[in-house]
Amino acid sequence: MPHVAHPAFLVLGAYATYALVGLGMDPLLAGLLLMPVFFAFGIAVYQFYYLTFERRGTDLGVRGIAFFFGIAFIVQVGLILVFGVDQRMVEASYIGTSIEVFGDVRIPQRMIVAFGVALALTITLALYLSRTFTGRAIKAVAQDEGALRLMGADPVRIKRWAFGIATGTCALAGALLIIVGPVDPNLDRLYIGRTFCVVVLAGMGSMSGTLVAGLILGVAESLVLASVGTAWAPAVAFGILLAVLGVRPAGLFGR
Amino acid sequence: MKFLLGALVLVGFAAAAPLFVHLEYFYFAGFVVLQFIVLATAWNILGGFAGYVNFGTGAFFAVGAYSAVALYKAVQLPLGLQILAGAAAAGLLGFLVGLLTLRLRGIFFSIATIAITIILETVVMNWHYVGGAKGLPILRPTEMPLYFTNYTQWLFLVMTIIAVLAVAMARYIQVGWIGRGLRAIRDNEGAAECSGVPTLKLKLAAASISGALMGAAGAPFAQYLSFIEPSSAFSLNYAVNALAMPIIGGTAHWIGPVLGAILLGTVQQVVTVTISSEMNVLVVGVMLVVFVVGAPEGILGLWKRYVLKKGTP
Repeated sequence: MPHVAHPAFLVLGAYATYALVGLGMDPLLAGLLLMPVFFAFGIAVYQFYYLTFERRGTDLGVRGIAFFFGIAFIVQVGLILVFGVDQRMVEASYIGTSIEVFGDVRIPQRMIVAFGVALALTITLALYLSRTFTGRAIKAVAQDEGALRLMGADPVRIKRWAFGIATGTCALAGALLIIVGPVDPNLDRLYIGRTFCVVVLAGMGSMSGTLVAGLILGVAESLVLASVGTAWAPAVAFGILLAVLGVRPAGLFGR
Repeated sequence: MKFLLGALVLVGFAAAAPLFVHLEYFYFAGFVVLQFIVLATAWNILGGFAGYVNFGTGAFFAVGAYSAVALYKAVQLPLGLQILAGAAAAGLLGFLVGLLTLRLRGIFFSIATIAITIILETVVMNWHYVGGAKGLPILRPTEMPLYFTNYTQWLFLVMTIIAVLAVAMARYIQVGWIGRGLRAIRDNEGAAECSGVPTLKLKLAAASISGALMGAAGAPFAQYLSFIEPSSAFSLNYAVNALAMPIIGGTAHWIGPVLGAILLGTVQQVVTVTISSEMNVLVVGVMLVVFVVGAPEGILGLWKRYVLKKGTP
């Protein structure tokens, strides 16, 4: 599915967290509470997509992409209209403090929290996809829809479920995003690059690969940030993405 | 023949307009709508005919604009050559991006075009000769070309000519063998390849032509605003509009993007003036989704179904 609106949902998650924190909630708790809401939202979006495109067979080519692109654009502009173009951030006890590791090395606590939660989330997802029946079905539907249908599973239900999970994850990921740093509505364009860079570098469908690829991208961005200057950082993800597409489109761990 | 006549009438009108239209706003708004006609038509050559979605219209547009600006600043290149240079640079960019990603099917080309937009925007932000992130004011030439007394009116004529050429190009491609090949690619690339359609060559040609036209549309941009800065030249609005207009108008025929551009361009001008510019952006997004869902064949499809009564099921 040409789901280019995913990064927009991520930014939406960050803003939803921001709104809940404004009511006096902890950002992590807000992210967790938002997950089922986003899950339902994702299922609704997929259902709409299925009814209007897939069932009629018009999802191929330009229209499916255009639909999600339009959705992403509406989300972005909607956020601008509601929250304005300014950067937003949240406060919590673990934001703004840091822990001394050894000597002069200090790690900001918010980074540790975000790293821990992100790692836990990724491992949970990886286990879910490889160990449970539904998880395996999600992997199967990406490979061969027809075969899945022959096995007696309903590809539409599986895809709807997968879309819900992906969108639900956006809620927590968005919460982490706004914990780590300030967020603005135009961020999703950068995250399209980062998302696809990680996915393509890892190789489509490889969950453990995404961890490695995410790490590579993060280190590369930080290196550029520190050595060349902040102004060049946005180009890193896209540079890697283009290089991978040109040299090895299957990615590092792709089959 | 009818097409040639229409084109001549249009250019003639644009050339004679200063004689009877004195409202300055007419030229400003007209320029923008014409610019969108070029961008939408260019997008449609690759996106509509061949089915490869370009999200990076802003990049091609800005490459045209910045090539023109750099050459204008360096050697005071006249406008006609600026446009050619902008078109050449953006065409080359289209060719290179195509070479990198058009061998892969599916969504990779689209993602690569977003990547190119961000990378080039970052490069331009750090390129101080053309003003970097701060932007660069442009002094228009002091002597007026031909009989014009107002440079905006002259730019209006130039953009009309570019638009007519772009549409003529799209029409030529559509009715000729290139268009047949591209349609074959869109409908079933594997089958097209097997029946001897040179798919990669055609896709590269379409990407280059499409990019070049976008560059040509961008070249007069700095002269039009007397100013250029990266975030407006690389604006996401170009990408969204260039994609929304053909889809709203109808992608199968060269007239589709023109209809879409005129409709959406005019609506946007009206909304910007009467409500707000954020609202105008929202209108594009909403109209795009409404049309994709409700009228997948665009205005042309509606026309076919309700006026000509040729049923699509």
